[in-house]
Amino acid sequence: MKRTGPFVLSVVIGLWILVAFFVKPLRGAQQTLLLWYTIVGAFALVVGLINLIQSHLRNLQRGQNVPYSLILLFGFFGTLAVGIYAFFQGNAFDPYSPLMWVYGYVLAPLQSTMFSLLAFFLASAAFRAFRIRNMEALLLLLAAVIVMLGRIPWTEHTFAGITEWIMAIPNLAAQRGIQIGVALGAIGMALRILFGLERPYLR
Amino acid sequence: MTARRIVYTLVFLAVAVPLLLGIRARVEPSPPVKAAYEAIEALPESSLVLIGIDFGPSTMPEMNPMYEALLEHLFRRNLRVAVLSLQSALDLPNGIQVLEKVARRFGKRYGVDYANLGYKPGLEAVIVSLGQEIRDIFPEDAQGHPLDSLPMFRGVHNYNDIALVIDLASGGTYGSWIQFAQARFGVKLLVGVTAVMGPETYPYLQSRQLVGMLAGLKGAAEYETLIQRPGLASRGMPAQAVVHLLIILFILYGNWGFWKQWRR
Amino acid sequence: MATVIGIWIAAFLTLAIFSFLYGDNPVYKAVEHLYIGVSAAFWFLYLWSFTVYPNLVVGIRQHGWLGKDLLLIPTVLGLLMLFRLVPRYGWWSRYPMAFAIGLGAGLAITGVLQGLLFPQLQATILNPVASVNNFLLVLGVLTSLLYFYFSREHTGVMGWIARIGIYFIMVAFGATFGYTVMARVSLLIGRVGFLLSDWLHLM
Repeated sequence: MKRTGPFVLSVVIGLWILVAFFVKPLRGAQQTLLLWYTIVGAFALVVGLINLIQSHLRNLQRGQNVPYSLILLFGFFGTLAVGIYAFFQGNAFDPYSPLMWVYGYVLAPLQSTMFSLLAFFLASAAFRAFRIRNMEALLLLLAAVIVMLGRIPWTEHTFAGITEWIMAIPNLAAQRGIQIGVALGAIGMALRILFGLERPYLR
Repeated sequence: MTARRIVYTLVFLAVAVPLLLGIRARVEPSPPVKAAYEAIEALPESSLVLIGIDFGPSTMPEMNPMYEALLEHLFRRNLRVAVLSLQSALDLPNGIQVLEKVARRFGKRYGVDYANLGYKPGLEAVIVSLGQEIRDIFPEDAQGHPLDSLPMFRGVHNYNDIALVIDLASGGTYGSWIQFAQARFGVKLLVGVTAVMGPETYPYLQSRQLVGMLAGLKGAAEYETLIQRPGLASRGMPAQAVVHLLIILFILYGNWGFWKQWRR
Repeated sequence: MATVIGIWIAAFLTLAIFSFLYGDNPVYKAVEHLYIGVSAAFWFLYLWSFTVYPNLVVGIRQHGWLGKDLLLIPTVLGLLMLFRLVPRYGWWSRYPMAFAIGLGAGLAITGVLQGLLFPQLQATILNPVASVNNFLLVLGVLTSLLYFYFSREHTGVMGWIARIGIYFIMVAFGATFGYTVMARVSLLIGRVGFLLSDWLHLM
């Protein structure tokens, strides 16, 4: 019940969707299964979110990390309130709703700035860590420098040709090799799940 | 001031100064971008083009300029544009704002020249459904107007009636478009991706599963050059150039010190 | 008015995140926690508006529990997922997980085969003696793919193949690094552009 049930379910569903690809009459079932997939996925995400909120409420209870947890919970419940208000006003996700205002002026700037910090870290790494110790490192940094030069206005005339060649031949070859490897791995893993050799859902 | 903070300050100045000075740049279009341009040039007037808005705020500075440049080209050629999102509904507000801004410039009308189909979850399921009948998955547009009430969708049922699909992707959605639209239905597909994803799309260009590709801010600047309308991307390129050169200098400087030490 | 307040809020948040470059500090920490809280709320609202509400609520209202798509089943599976939060009955969540993993496995096999593996392999079947580039391409794909075959020791002929493979891979990684720099710098340009143009009107 605790172990066999899920295993049987996993194999049956997997085989069904696989067969449905080849057998036309089962296509309708395929659409239904995909719908269920979306719904179950949504609940999985909800579990993650509830867990997050629970853990920070626990922090408040224990008196740990209080100011930061308070801010997090304020952000969460505050946005939730705006969202529910916007929902009753009409479409909460309409471009001009109060919720989208929060999105445009709070969430979006936060997200973009977090990611842009990486530019600074890349520069710092270039300065402090990139040492050419062997052939591999030399090839990597040479390719990186050529690509960086080939993609900017002033040096592109000289380097554009080599950059395109690097992208089109060695880069493409290795990317394809890696992608084929990943594809084979994915199929291998999928088959292992369908044959019951891997049971990740039992954790 | 530690070395780290000097580096950070230099990077910040390298971006801020060129922007403040307002220098613009012309860039040489690369083959994938030229191919994208030609693909759109070759489309018959009034063809329907589907655009997937599949990028969010973290990639907006890279993706919006190419989105605007593409829209500019599409509207200039009097093509009809329908947008949708398969990645997230949060990608659409920005997508709609840009679309309306460019459409207003050309005097285009909603429902006739452009439309917003909205967001639908289920990625692969949606892409496959579009191959059968668009009204199965999008009976109405994002505002609730039935598709049949919008003149631009008359006679449009599936991929046979869609001339081109453009996916502006910061994530894996373009892979699904390739796997489920191009591979199964033979749809003409063009992508705009972030600079990081550029290299991984080259295999698909070579296998002709993609008819063109724009990568990052540079790709956008290249497209702006092709349509002869320099915009946000062309303004950002000089700043980009200075930072690139700065980073290369950092690498050289770091290694020079390393080699000097190694010689001893 | 709301726009001006919004821009000032966005500018404050942007600078708060940038303050991390100077050193980890309370303002950054606070804003980071705010980001997590607001993001979580958005996910919640989003999942409700676009997955749970249209598919389940509207669906059940229209078709009933056992009508089209048998919506009773994904609802049950979804609710079972919530048991993950309760330690004693956590194993109930194995069923929805098994469903999702099995379905994913089935989809992976057909999707990967048709969309990735076949076209990529087809495009690699070139005449290796027709041109240097063709030769390099085929060589690159094969050697980089074989580099990851660790079931055989990388000595002798295999050793040479792996060496060439890793060289191709290093060039690809270098090219990717070059492109990554481009991407992060573009983001930074966007943020600085926002601060200088939209906030301070200096551009």
